[in-house]
Amino acid sequence: MNNFEYASPTSVEQAVALLSSTWGESEILAGGTDLLGRMKDYVSTPKRLINIKKLPGLHAISKENGGLRIGALVTLDRIPESSDIRKNYAALAECVAEAASPQIRNMATIGGNLCQRPRCWYFRNGMGLMPKNSEGKSLVAEGDNRYHAILGNDGPAYFVTPSTIAPMLLALNARVRLIGPGGPREIALENFFRVPHSEDEREHNLQANEILTDILVPAAGSGMRAANYEVRQKAAFDWPLVTAAAVLHMSGNTVQNARVVMGAVAPVPWLSSEAAEAVTGKAIDEETAAAAGRAAVSKARALSENGYKIQIAAVAVKRALLAASGQPVPNVFAQGGAA
Amino acid sequence: MPEQNQYSWPPSADRSYIGSRMGRVDGLAKASGHAKYTYDYNPKGLLYGAFVRCPHAHARITSIDTSAAESMRGVKAVEIVQKPGSEIHWAGDEVVAIAAIDEPTVRDAVRAVKVEYQELPHLVLDAKEPPRDIPPDTSPLGVDDLEGMFSNQVPSNQIIKEIKERGISFKPEEVPLDRIPPEIANAIKSAQQKPSEKKKVPSWYKPAAAETQGDPAGAFQGADTVVSEGVYGLPVIVHCCLESHGAVSEWTDSEHLLVHASTQFVSGIPGQMAEGLGIPAANIRAVQQNIGGGFGSKFAPDRWGIYSAKLSKKAGGAPVKMMLSRAEELEVAGCRPSAYARVRVAAKKDGTLTAWDSFGWGTGGPGGGGSPPIPYLIRDRVPNYRTQWTAVVNNIGPARAWRAPNHPQACLITMAALDDLAHKLGMDPLKFFEKNAELTGSRASIYRDEFPIADQLMGWSKRWHPRGDSTKGPIKRGLGMSMHTWGGRGHQSECDLTIQPDGSVTIKMGTQDLGTGTRTAIMAIAADTLGLTPPQITLLYGDTAYPMSGGSGGSTTIGGVSSTTRRAAVDARDALFGKVAPALGATPEQLEAAKGQIRVKGNASKGLSWKDACAKMGAVPINAHGKNLGGRDPLMNSGVGGVQMADVSVDTETGIVRVNKMVAVQDCGLVVSLETAESQCYGALIMGISYALYEEKVMDSTTGRMLNPNMEFYRLAGIGDLGELVVHMMVNKYDSRGVIGLGEPPVVSPGAAISNAVANAIGVRVPFLPLTPPRVLAALEESRKGTAA
Ligand SMILES: Cc1cc2nc3c(=O)[nH]c(=O)nc-3n(C[C@H](O)[C@H](O)[C@H](O)COP(=O)(O)OP(=O)(O)OC[C@H]3O[C@@H](n4cnc5c(N)ncnc54)[C@H](O)[C@@H]3O)c2cc1C
Repeated sequence: MNNFEYASPTSVEQAVALLSSTWGESEILAGGTDLLGRMKDYVSTPKRLINIKKLPGLHAISKENGGLRIGALVTLDRIPESSDIRKNYAALAECVAEAASPQIRNMATIGGNLCQRPRCWYFRNGMGLMPKNSEGKSLVAEGDNRYHAILGNDGPAYFVTPSTIAPMLLALNARVRLIGPGGPREIALENFFRVPHSEDEREHNLQANEILTDILVPAAGSGMRAANYEVRQKAAFDWPLVTAAAVLHMSGNTVQNARVVMGAVAPVPWLSSEAAEAVTGKAIDEETAAAAGRAAVSKARALSENGYKIQIAAVAVKRALLAASGQPVPNVFAQGGAA
Repeated sequence: MPEQNQYSWPPSADRSYIGSRMGRVDGLAKASGHAKYTYDYNPKGLLYGAFVRCPHAHARITSIDTSAAESMRGVKAVEIVQKPGSEIHWAGDEVVAIAAIDEPTVRDAVRAVKVEYQELPHLVLDAKEPPRDIPPDTSPLGVDDLEGMFSNQVPSNQIIKEIKERGISFKPEEVPLDRIPPEIANAIKSAQQKPSEKKKVPSWYKPAAAETQGDPAGAFQGADTVVSEGVYGLPVIVHCCLESHGAVSEWTDSEHLLVHASTQFVSGIPGQMAEGLGIPAANIRAVQQNIGGGFGSKFAPDRWGIYSAKLSKKAGGAPVKMMLSRAEELEVAGCRPSAYARVRVAAKKDGTLTAWDSFGWGTGGPGGGGSPPIPYLIRDRVPNYRTQWTAVVNNIGPARAWRAPNHPQACLITMAALDDLAHKLGMDPLKFFEKNAELTGSRASIYRDEFPIADQLMGWSKRWHPRGDSTKGPIKRGLGMSMHTWGGRGHQSECDLTIQPDGSVTIKMGTQDLGTGTRTAIMAIAADTLGLTPPQITLLYGDTAYPMSGGSGGSTTIGGVSSTTRRAAVDARDALFGKVAPALGATPEQLEAAKGQIRVKGNASKGLSWKDACAKMGAVPINAHGKNLGGRDPLMNSGVGGVQMADVSVDTETGIVRVNKMVAVQDCGLVVSLETAESQCYGALIMGISYALYEEKVMDSTTGRMLNPNMEFYRLAGIGDLGELVVHMMVNKYDSRGVIGLGEPPVVSPGAAISNAVANAIGVRVPFLPLTPPRVLAALEESRKGTAA
């Protein structure tokens, strides 16, 4: 790890002033579970770290406008512990409880989770986020892209969004509050993420000297049903191959409104209007859910090694919808034991 | 003292600890964190070592500039490992070694070294089938070729064959004849010497001549013949030792070195380090109390061992720690060679196996690699076969022995092909394997004993269904099985056992406990022989100050140390009998050591407590030296049999495989320590599930670098991935054979058993391990196309 300056401001204003307006010069340090690993591997080499854990007001889970306000510094372990979240946003609680490992959840903040950098193995091995070979072709497209994007992959970005929590928050229509030199601003989470086009850009809309302060989740509403489905190779502590979050607003058995978001399929959490449309006005059953799954990947395009992800993304969407509507979904890990 | 070959194991009635489920003697130390590993050795003044590594998979070093690193504050020593002009064969190979006052400084210094390379063409992939028309290399062998074969564990008979057929282009004196196996040294001495030839077309492929038996072409014909064809294989994987490789070296004076090494061969470290350091091996002391995994990859001191010593010397003798990072561990500390094969097998309609034909290939890195013994278990007896093998010479990294070298590969290819044949015959694989058990030769009776036990523990006969689980829904369940063998005769090993007049007992042995339970086994044997309990005995081990023991590889430790311990303990005990007999009014032959007493056999009232008995020794302790007889030793043996079964569920929509249950039925002759033997099997099943479902060294074809040198994407099974593991040791069944090694055998079958279970569940073979979603879904897709067409 390179040497760096370290600052631990106690006000948001100080923190913003300490941040450089150029990416790469300074980095915000929250739980450090992502950043420190990158620094040890020289993937990120900031000259200055700004510890934000001493900033006031970012550590709480509270009610706001009938919905939820989660401070950026709330650690992941606290989310499923909140009785409000367990009661009104059970799918969010479950999804957070599945992320990473207990040790990491104790350290990792929700703000850091949304801002964490991709796990793309070219990026993490120091070859860059959009690495190229000597002929200017993408190393990822030419190489081993089994875990890479099937949507939003026109290039040069082929990595996938890492957070397994962001899709759920996005499906819940969450917004984020940011603060920078020009004061605070608030944007929808779906506008927070974006596909970068060069190494100088990030996977989100933050400015280099902005801080994410809060996550705002709208009121749940009585007809809301939600579920998250992750396709993981291992039973626990494993990056999923694909995730899908579904949030339904039901009237009786009929879907009034749906938001379906896939994770690990594109450089951003992928909001699928196709999947939502496929179920709107219908009841969820095996057939409509499967049709929505197919619709979700109708525009997907495989790279050389990741065609299978199209299939499992469709299945993840189908199962998330079935689970959201309270129907059982197959679980290969639950078979267990001798017959 | 008994005649050399008249030592025997005590009858089962006289065993309190041998064969019992006595707990691990070091269990508490390990569970509580008191056990110290090489990594935990942090003496005062410790310096940290690290390497500058080549980022290219194949390159020549053109220049090295270490000046910036040398002038950095805190840098204490810099050594060039490979000079300009050297050719590098894999990414991550060592170029410069540096020691500095702390880890951050040394990492910075590594980055300050400037090395220029001329990049050369590389190949890091190996799954593609090689062309068949490449003629075998007939040019005389050079020293490099020979070294390549050694480092890739090419079997001796194969090396000798090549030496005879191709001749050599060097003088026998150019190689260290005294340090290579005598039969190979003899072949070299009598080999034809030829001028060296320039290799005609440089090729990534090294085909070996086909080997045949019977009439492999004709045997596939005939109305009564059923033929099955398939492709099977498994990729290069790594050892991923949880304690990475490394050593801490320090010069205790200008001529003497102390090395703490993470090693499978404590006694062998001085001999392997001396030459490079220019001091006598006698001046090197190597020690190791605990090791966090080796699996065949930790026999040599390696560059990290040698350079920790060189850097230490340069730094005035200060201790230098050279332990690999996780990424280095996965990139350079050893690969298990891949193996793939296109196979045809034939049987008569009644299930009698008649013929095998395979074209195989695989890589062990820059040397190509040895060929797995295909067809596995039946090679000596299947009436007709032809096998061809092409080694792929590539830049994926150096091969090292990986728990049961070549066997898991041969087993997967063979057992999957046979399972496919059984399916084609419409036979239950268990019936098929039973029917053909004779083809395994002398072990057939062991397998026959084990089949019904495995059957019962898995509920195979009740639950087995023909291929393709017809249950509704996407989750399909299936059963698969496999069988395996391994040699495992004990290695050379010696010990000193001392009984002091106050009754205390010490055993000194230069062996190592890889976590396999070696200490527990030694204690069990010594305790039973002396009639004591383990806490009454002190075991000193893991130090070259003690009598030598062989390397812990090839499942050779348990046989070696068990025989040696028994011999020393019997001799010491008999010497004690001699001193005590007069006091008991008996002859030494009439005495026994039991229950903490020396007494007249079967007569507890006519005895002395251990302490009182030892007091009869006077002031002179009894010392006995134990040394087993190697191949002639009746206390140990070789050649085990094991049968395994797997029960899996497969999500056919996502391709995720889950192991529900594994059954391992395992023989190892006389079981010395039941609980640690079972642990070996549990560990092997876990390792097996990992390589069956997850492990793969993923390489980037453009850069030639490993893409998953971490434990996020180099996946290992976690507790939740294991299902139920059932181990049955064949106790009290084959005791008369003596002690046989167990480390390797149980890891041979899991890949094959799990692959076969998946085929049984989903109705189609997934050709290659690991059984990941892309592979499972592709196989399902293939079969759907097949049915549609
Ligand atoms: C082994 C492992 C497994 C994991 N598995 C999962 C998983 O299954 N699912 C999942 O979702 N995640 C997973 N993660 C990622 C983990 O959740 C993130 O590392 C964590 O949430 C990041 O939070 P942090 O507070 O530690 O962030 P840090 O490491 O401190 O920061 C991460 C990045 O975000 C920036 N940042 C942090 N906070 C803010 C803020 N408030 N405003 C602006 N920028 C900010 C930092 O500058 C930095 O670039 C895993 C991580 C590891 C190491």
